[in-house]
Amino acid sequence: MTELTELSAVEIAERVASRDVSAVEVAHAHLDRIAELNPALNAFLHVDTDGALAQARRVDAGEVEGALAGVPLALKDVIVTKGVPTTAGSKILEGWVPPYDATIVERMRDAGIVVLGKTNMDEFAMGSSTEHSAFGPSHNPWDLDRTPGGSGGGSSAAVAGNLAPLGIGTDTGGSIRQPGAVTGTVGVKPTYGGVSRYGLIAFSSSLDQAGPCARTVLDAALLHEVIGGHDARDSTSIDQPVPPVVAAARSGDVSGLRVGVVREFGGEGYQPGVTARFTEAVELLTSLGADVVEVSCPHFDYALPAYYLIAPSEASSNLARYDAMRYGLRVGDDGEASAEEVMAITRAAGFGPEVKRRIILGTYALSAGYYDAYYGQAQKVRTLITRDFEAAWQSVDVLVSPTTPTTAFKLGERLDDPLAMYLADLCTIPSNLYGGPAASVPCGLSDDGLPVGLQVMAPVMADDRLYSVMAAVERAKPWSQPTTPR
Amino acid sequence: MPAISRTDVAHLARLARISMTDAELDAMAGQLDVILGAVSRVGEVAANDIPPTSHAVPLTNVLRPDDPVPSLGAAAALAAAPAAEDGRFRVPRILDEE
Repeated sequence: MTELTELSAVEIAERVASRDVSAVEVAHAHLDRIAELNPALNAFLHVDTDGALAQARRVDAGEVEGALAGVPLALKDVIVTKGVPTTAGSKILEGWVPPYDATIVERMRDAGIVVLGKTNMDEFAMGSSTEHSAFGPSHNPWDLDRTPGGSGGGSSAAVAGNLAPLGIGTDTGGSIRQPGAVTGTVGVKPTYGGVSRYGLIAFSSSLDQAGPCARTVLDAALLHEVIGGHDARDSTSIDQPVPPVVAAARSGDVSGLRVGVVREFGGEGYQPGVTARFTEAVELLTSLGADVVEVSCPHFDYALPAYYLIAPSEASSNLARYDAMRYGLRVGDDGEASAEEVMAITRAAGFGPEVKRRIILGTYALSAGYYDAYYGQAQKVRTLITRDFEAAWQSVDVLVSPTTPTTAFKLGERLDDPLAMYLADLCTIPSNLYGGPAASVPCGLSDDGLPVGLQVMAPVMADDRLYSVMAAVERAKPWSQPTTPR
Repeated sequence: MPAISRTDVAHLARLARISMTDAELDAMAGQLDVILGAVSRVGEVAANDIPPTSHAVPLTNVLRPDDPVPSLGAAAALAAAPAAEDGRFRVPRILDEE
């Protein structure tokens, strides 16, 4: 008999709806697996056993229903949860219990989704490996010595390791897609503004976007539909219906779809096994009737440097709120020190090295005298990257590339080399700067036996196209996860 | 000549309200110099006549109806405070002594 933890979200929801199994039993099965495997994976920072079981009982009592009712979920710890500790992977928020829920948390609860707990991440979502978490790195179920990606590596490890069939991540420069790629799971960054940011702890507000993580494309689409849609509490929320993502995931039809291969993303610096699986995936799309052409996006080469000016600049402003006055850590308040001194001591103690690096970098890029050369110029490059996308949409419906240049790297390998770490986001950043949707779907294993992701990018509010392509790839290339971490 | 000196970093750290030890300043200056060297590539792009993009969604002045809704409340707001007193946040001194 298949273990409950091996089932997809759709399968769980069907069995719960038909009373074949109770939501409480499903929750217990996943909580047991977390108890067994979290010591090795460090995917969860906080397990909300009581909250999960209470929600499961509501589902069993028929108080809530929906296509995902009774399905457990791993929630990235950057999403605030009323009464449940939320740290964003930072010591500066350790012990903080938010007084309100994020909009997506309310929507998931109303849909009967069972949040198991909060998952590990790079501090304030700044990183590509979870090694910048204040609470230790997460480990990849495919190889415990390797990263499950970042920043959302806790959610990807939880989903890949069958600790939860669904996860929520947030993607500022690739933090949903890159963890998805390196753990062999599906990760979707919806259109910017397509999913509410209310209650998402801000890193870079013009780029941050929450989205689904799952083991199947349809599961991701169903979660996308639950969390998506307009929210009056987020002024950047798009007031349009959620694109037909579930229908696209069910159909998986790519015949006649015009697919552009991004010329700038490939070749030197890309692991041969990644290139091989990507090439096969493109050939597969051709064989399924897609019309594949090569497309040049000349400014994509400048996306990484532009991002590492824009995101730190916004972060330096956003993280000014951690001032030790109203919530969070306070250090050095001895009755003598001034508020300004207490702030400086607290922020020194509460922020880790990568967060400090980015705050200082952002402060520099926004300084008088450097603003035009750095932040201002990066914003102009952002315009040119958006124009590259818009030019591409004249001839193709979606763009594709490898999600990451390499498979999962070893923990520790890039920790002392910030630039090498930043390269993990090379292919994922353009969509954040542009605001369009993008996703990663597994497309096979590299020569090293580790998963490779195919990235699909689409125009603003054409999120459904991602799911058509992903479903086509998933159907043609099924494989199973290792059910026990190795 | 590095793009950013240790003195620059010390100034920026003060502006950003982050105390740093001498060792941290040394390490940070070296790392930031490498990072700035990489990100300054944006300057290679000819973009003088290109308008800047600050945001992906072209929305301005988004307003919602002015409907009164319950607010958080003082007790909930103060529950997470590092220090509170008489229904207020208690903070270290802000003004210098006379």
